[in-house]
Amino acid sequence: MEEKAVSFYWRGFKERYGLVGSKCELCSRHFFPGRVICPECRRKGKMHEHRFSGKGKVYSYTVIRTPPTGFEIYIPYVVAIVDLEEGARVVSQLVDVKPEEVSIGMPVEACFRKIREQNQSGLVLYGFKFRPLK
Amino acid sequence: MAVGIVGYGAYIPRWRIKSSSIAEVWGSDQGRTNSLVDEKAVSSLDEDAATMAVEAGKSALLRAGINPKDIGALYVGSESHPYVVKSTSSIVAEALDATPDLTAADLEFACKAGTAGMQMAMGLIESGRIKYGMAIGSDTAQGRPGDELEYTAASGAASYILGSRGLIAKINDTCSYTTDTPDFWRREGEEFPRHGGRFTGEPAYFTHVLAATRALLEKTGTTVEDYDYFVFHQPNAKFPLKAAKTLGIPAGKIMQGLLVSQIGNTYSAASLLGLAAVLDVARPGENILLTSFGSGAGSDSFSITATDLITKKRRLAPFVKNMIAVKEYIGYAHYIKFRRKLKGAMR
Ligand SMILES: [Zn+2]
Repeated sequence: MEEKAVSFYWRGFKERYGLVGSKCELCSRHFFPGRVICPECRRKGKMHEHRFSGKGKVYSYTVIRTPPTGFEIYIPYVVAIVDLEEGARVVSQLVDVKPEEVSIGMPVEACFRKIREQNQSGLVLYGFKFRPLK
Repeated sequence: MAVGIVGYGAYIPRWRIKSSSIAEVWGSDQGRTNSLVDEKAVSSLDEDAATMAVEAGKSALLRAGINPKDIGALYVGSESHPYVVKSTSSIVAEALDATPDLTAADLEFACKAGTAGMQMAMGLIESGRIKYGMAIGSDTAQGRPGDELEYTAASGAASYILGSRGLIAKINDTCSYTTDTPDFWRREGEEFPRHGGRFTGEPAYFTHVLAATRALLEKTGTTVEDYDYFVFHQPNAKFPLKAAKTLGIPAGKIMQGLLVSQIGNTYSAASLLGLAAVLDVARPGENILLTSFGSGAGSDSFSITATDLITKKRRLAPFVKNMIAVKEYIGYAHYIKFRRKLKGAMR
């Protein structure tokens, strides 16, 4: 797998570690990944950094059996679209659950996991995933 | 200045392997009968000491109810830091939103690195240098396949936020006992640790745990009768039970904090998870004595008293008991894959 420069991953740490996106103070819409300009309010909008609570529900999901490079060891695993309680929508791996246990509408919460390791000598890349809400 | 615990959090991964599954592969029940460990907690493929430290840290923040930016020092004690060079503590601080105005460091002292972090944070708080300090013990411990350690080496994390106000438990005093005793070690580049066999008992565990505990009792002018709970480092169930017996502690006072039979030895997290299990049930005014042990070797001992706030605060994050109960068993083959012990595997 072609790895990008360290700075590329590093720039995404805050967003990926803490599920940090943005919120428009004018219309209260939430965005993940964060945006600089609100697509609704445009110039009038006031965007602020927002750390999502991590609580949400499964909007849809799929079971990955043919994985991209770097994810081979996890198969079969679940990737879901999660509706965050604030309103934004994120795509993420679901963990601590078997594919047959997942259902649409299932309450989930963010957890902190390894996303992948570059290789034996490379970086360990961390970030949020989701697990069933206990 | 009063110093104590403002919040605490535990994390135990979901997976378990039964000692009987390990015994079946190696054709001997010796490891199980020697350790009295029935099953141990195993981390997932995407978990390590950093991720578990973050999970435990989140729970500690929920209970403390403080702004993570007010944490002035963050220490992660582990013998399984993901990198040899590159701090775990910075990953944890970033994920918990405690960056950038804090000091952070990774600590190593086998199984007592977490309690060493607590002492360091206490000093900074008492001297007025920081408002809050976070000390974490987190490990994904490894045992060589077939070694007796394989029955006990487990994964888990515990996090403590210390401060001087809003205490759920006051730390009355602490003291330590340290000597150069090579009971257990792992050299750079080596995957699995080595241990001195029977040497781990008398000159290592018992000498240090008993000496630190006795020194604390003497220093504080207290006796065994003054404490409602005792928590000792638990590399197996036999050692803490024997230490309690030697000190004249009734077995009933150590059972609440004795988790090793159900989750294994979580190394840096072991005594701190035991303390978390006690804080989950302790009543205001009850006294707790905690003594860790780290190979190499040393023990840190703490005298702790629960405050009125504890009953309200502990409900704000998951209890140890519930984390032990939420589990899924894996067999030996999956365990080997999870712990990445398979050489030459395609992935
Ligand atoms: Zn807007």
